Amino acid sequence: MAVKISMQVNGKAVAAEVEDRTLLVTFIREHLRLTGTHVGCDTAQCGACTVDMDGRAVKACALLAMQAEGASITTIEGVAKPDGTLHPMQAAFKENHGLQCGFCTPGMVMNAIDFARSHPNPSEQEIREALEGNLCRCTGYHNIVKSIAAGAKAMAAGK
Amino acid sequence: MHAFKYHRAASLSEAATLAGKGEAKLLAGGQSLVQAMKLRLASPSDLVDLGTLKELQGIKSDGRTVTVGAMTRHAEVERSAEVKKAIPALAALAGMIGDRQVRAMGTCGGSIANSDPAADYPAAVLALNATITTNKGRYEADKFFTGLYETALKPGEIITSVSFQVPKRAAYMKFKNPASRFAIVGVFVADFGGSVRVAVTGAGPCVFRQADMEKALAAKFAPESAAGVKQKKEGLNTDLHASAEYRAHLVSVMAKRAVEAALK
Ligand SMILES: Cc1cc2nc3c(=O)[nH]c(=O)nc-3n(C[C@H](O)[C@H](O)[C@H](O)COP(=O)(O)OP(=O)(O)OC[C@H]3O[C@@H](n4cnc5c(N)ncnc54)[C@H](O)[C@@H]3O)c2cc1C
Ligand code: FES
Ligand code: FES
Repeated sequence: MAVKISMQVNGKAVAAEVEDRTLLVTFIREHLRLTGTHVGCDTAQCGACTVDMDGRAVKACALLAMQAEGASITTIEGVAKPDGTLHPMQAAFKENHGLQCGFCTPGMVMNAIDFARSHPNPSEQEIREALEGNLCRCTGYHNIVKSIAAGAKAMAAGK
Repeated sequence: MHAFKYHRAASLSEAATLAGKGEAKLLAGGQSLVQAMKLRLASPSDLVDLGTLKELQGIKSDGRTVTVGAMTRHAEVERSAEVKKAIPALAALAGMIGDRQVRAMGTCGGSIANSDPAADYPAAVLALNATITTNKGRYEADKFFTGLYETALKPGEIITSVSFQVPKRAAYMKFKNPASRFAIVGVFVADFGGSVRVAVTGAGPCVFRQADMEKALAAKFAPESAAGVKQKKEGLNTDLHASAEYRAHLVSVMAKRAVEAALK
């Protein structure tokens, strides 16, 4: 069974025919070949698949692609400037050693960007609560928290 | 995941017609159902997506009740100025569900229809004596939750909104499973001035009211009234997270803390 699907991904209109049961993360990785969005658990626990859908961070493994029909999606590939300048949150992760193997990082960054929009100057406690849905198997949480604090400030300062 | 046919409902009546077909199921946020389908615990023939039905979204408050549309996301209830003003405990409960990505998609109607034994919303529905409105009629909270993952809803029946009664004071306390954030035990205490309702989730196969605690708290709304009532362990859940005995103990502890919080 196939359905027609269309949405905006990283500012570009995309359309395809997919099986009804296609997950959003499968559509992003396998149809669009945007493999920056990772699959860690495939059970809605780890947050590695986090993308932005119409201004909210969501877990792309926990949604059907059809639930994003007509939506505007941003993945990790869409956050840096076209000239390659990193998004302030990405830059903050780099500067604060917020990643080790990097597997969880795209999901961390996508969730952090959404969180920082409503929390320009978050406390450590607020950041840790915001990360409840993101797991890091390298367990580098201290530096992830530092990165998000710095990234949120940089975003608020419009850097 | 087994194959199925996806439908996007254009209206409530179309959704009802589609949901009446074969082994069709309604899709709200997908935060429980999509996971269950991946595990093949659910294999519907058709999925009817309620996501675009505006009439199922939004929050209304008239001073006596707060009405939450079935498709209202947990994040909206958590942040709603109206809910925070009328029933702060309900906004706080929504903010304790899962994580922020789950709260961005998960819905009030989906959570209640699912009747997960460890879900948070059912405790608010029962303690705040809510009325569940569907496309076919209304249910009182006390008649809605019928068992493990079971409710009084008929196949294909669609929850449209849930109206919570505004209490004099209330609070929800949850002892979280640290991995999933679901309730190992959650207790919602609501004082309506004269009558008190106490709902317990996570402890048994289905959310339930603690009648002895309600009586003790109606006589004296104080933490020690709740702490003084011992929950029986018979009929409670035992699993890898906690024994029935431990859960029974947690019921009194969470109830006491909820009363403390309600009095603040
Ligand atoms: C990682 C994770 C952590 C979570 N932690 C918690 C937690 O701490 N506490 C908690 O309470 N929950 C938790 N949840 C569950 C979450 O709250 C879900 O949002 C909720 O269970 C319902 O999901 P949904 O709204 O997406 O509905 P769906 O998954 O789309 O549907 C759930 C069920 O309800 C039915 N349904 C949906 N809408 C209606 C309607 N309007 N009328 C009739 N039937 C309907 C569907 O057919 C389906 O059977 C968690 C989920 C995840 C993935
Ligand atoms: S892959 Fe989606 S939450 Fe882990
Ligand atoms: S950096 Fe390796 S999983 Fe987080």
